[in-house]
Amino acid sequence: MKIALFVTCVNDTLFPGTGRAVVAVLERLGHEVVFPEAQTCCGQMHLNTGYPAEALPLVRSFTGAFEDYDAVVTPSGSCAAMVRDWHGKVAGRAGDQELERRAAELAPRVHELSELLVDVLGVTDVGAVFPHRVTYHPTCHGLRMLRLGDKPASLLRAVRGLELIDLPDAAECCGFGGTFAMKNPDVSAAMCADKIGNVKATGAEILCAADNSCLMHLGGALKRWRSGVRVMHLAEILASTG
Amino acid sequence: MNPPAVNPPAMPTYLGMPSFPEAARGAVADTRLRANLAHATGTIRRRREAAVAELPDWPELRDAAKQIKDHTLEHLGHYLELLEERVTAAGGTVHWALDAAEANAIVTRLVRETGESEVVKVKSMATQEIGLNEALAEAGITAHETDLAELIVQLDDDLPSHILVPAIHKNRAEIREIFRREMPSAPEDLTDDPAALAEAARRHLRAKFLSAKVAVSGANFAIAETGTVLVVESEGNGRMCLTLPDTLITVMGVEKLLPTARDLEVFLQLLPRSSTAERMNPYTSAWTGVHPGDGPRAFHLVLLDNGRTATHADPVGRQALRCIRCSACLNVCPVYARAGGHAYGSPYPGPIGAILSPQIRGIGSDVDASLPFASTLCGACYEACPVAIDIPEVLVHLRARAPKKPGERLVMTAAGWTLRTPGRLALAQYAASRGRWFARRLRFPRAWADTRDVPVPPARSFRRWWREEQR
Repeated sequence: MKIALFVTCVNDTLFPGTGRAVVAVLERLGHEVVFPEAQTCCGQMHLNTGYPAEALPLVRSFTGAFEDYDAVVTPSGSCAAMVRDWHGKVAGRAGDQELERRAAELAPRVHELSELLVDVLGVTDVGAVFPHRVTYHPTCHGLRMLRLGDKPASLLRAVRGLELIDLPDAAECCGFGGTFAMKNPDVSAAMCADKIGNVKATGAEILCAADNSCLMHLGGALKRWRSGVRVMHLAEILASTG
Repeated sequence: MNPPAVNPPAMPTYLGMPSFPEAARGAVADTRLRANLAHATGTIRRRREAAVAELPDWPELRDAAKQIKDHTLEHLGHYLELLEERVTAAGGTVHWALDAAEANAIVTRLVRETGESEVVKVKSMATQEIGLNEALAEAGITAHETDLAELIVQLDDDLPSHILVPAIHKNRAEIREIFRREMPSAPEDLTDDPAALAEAARRHLRAKFLSAKVAVSGANFAIAETGTVLVVESEGNGRMCLTLPDTLITVMGVEKLLPTARDLEVFLQLLPRSSTAERMNPYTSAWTGVHPGDGPRAFHLVLLDNGRTATHADPVGRQALRCIRCSACLNVCPVYARAGGHAYGSPYPGPIGAILSPQIRGIGSDVDASLPFASTLCGACYEACPVAIDIPEVLVHLRARAPKKPGERLVMTAAGWTLRTPGRLALAQYAASRGRWFARRLRFPRAWADTRDVPVPPARSFRRWWREEQR
């Protein structure tokens, strides 16, 4: 299957290893991955910070970059949710009905990584080996907007050598929330501290999630605390062969 | 929205509140408050989940509630006139109040006409919203709150911090201190045993119930076709206030209306399970006008607009008017659990307050401009809401309308320009990779770097890797 990768601006700029890991996993499974170079950003930061006019051209360029592909994958729950739940609305509310129609047509073909693997490609065992203790944080948009449910955990459980440990209060937000982390630093840090307390209680070596923006926040605090716990994107664990 | 200089304030009690992040800072640092809140919201949250899980048709009930409320709001004028006609026919009197000042003036006049200087009150969000107790006090009328938690807050000269549990920020030991200090009838050896505290409050309140000639209440629902008004409560204090005094004055937001009594079938299932996690509400009082020899001899219904018509004019924001004040969204909100209710600067705290207050009051003040941003958009509130208010959607919508700081606008515009073409993004990524040495030592912006390390940009962006590996 030919799959277009929307790597996301955050991964492209700060976490390229996650993009490379997606490519490795999908190619290992025998699929062709393409990277449409016209892509930049889904516009989530602008929309969620109150700048829908700045998000509109990003919705337009995203749609133009990906509408010719049958399947699009992105290693980010919140970017996938932005495209699926919001792109049509942003275009519609700006009065661009043609873009609204195109965005709505593209939306169902855009998949978060675990959705693509489990729902579209029908695999849970991707042939990964990762002999470590891992706990998984289901990020909010993956959990409540995309309804990923058990998909990421089912992929992790199939990884050889991996011990998956349940995270207490897993469904509670980590406190990142995009620009919330900067606009409300005290509440954000308090939520982060509680999440990290739960992570440390599991005794896991690795905190895994399917969204690098939340992991940037949690990982930044874990590092600051010299906790010894590392953060890894789901794709990077699935790409690992030991 | 209403410019504050021209119109009287919608929530007079909360003027001059600091912005949400500023007010939240103190609450986050108060470890006892955080422990009280985490314990209380955690307990209610688990009970609610269990109570909701018992009903297999919960999604259908939720959808029905949404449709009934939307239909009523769409035809609000029609149903309000019908309500007025039926209440009047049953011997009640209907008053219309455009804003807080009008509503307060009407209630003050009605109390004065009775010649009384004291009233008992049933817990009511609408009267908190308009600052009725303060307005009555200015007119020399004392209002006695009779809901236990509301009484605690009133005795301590504090403000409520939760819609359903106004004293959620206080623990038993603090409540005992307040009673010993402010309640003359409280026994000397009062302990912090919940039963002992409740007994002290009961004795204190019983005297008020038996002497009061005027009661003031809010309303959970009003039925247009019959003119019936309902109050849903769980302590029995409401039943006392609604039946014993000679005069009953009810202040009700216009959006509390339902077309028919049959609609209660839906809401009386949704509300108790969402708010107190009870299967059925303990005290549900319903009355239609007045009946000689039974209950109050005079009934006044004050219909309050106070920004609701303006809110309804916004096609995205109007869904906030579906709210039935259950507070399920507060109890599941991770931000509320850390910031507490007072930071929201309104009697409506938590996620619903963050979308209701800026719409009712206008988005001009510091606190109202910051409220739409007082959320991570995690979506827990939308999931819990029994009338399916998509709170994250309204928050995002209100963020677009909120005034922006020039510095932020500059950064966001620059970021938008950079992200508009892949060439500009690649250039910015190249610059970032050249600045890695700098990023490793970066302790800026402080709002991020005070508690978290700043991510160090990689030597090569994904885009460059893809091109250079010639894939």
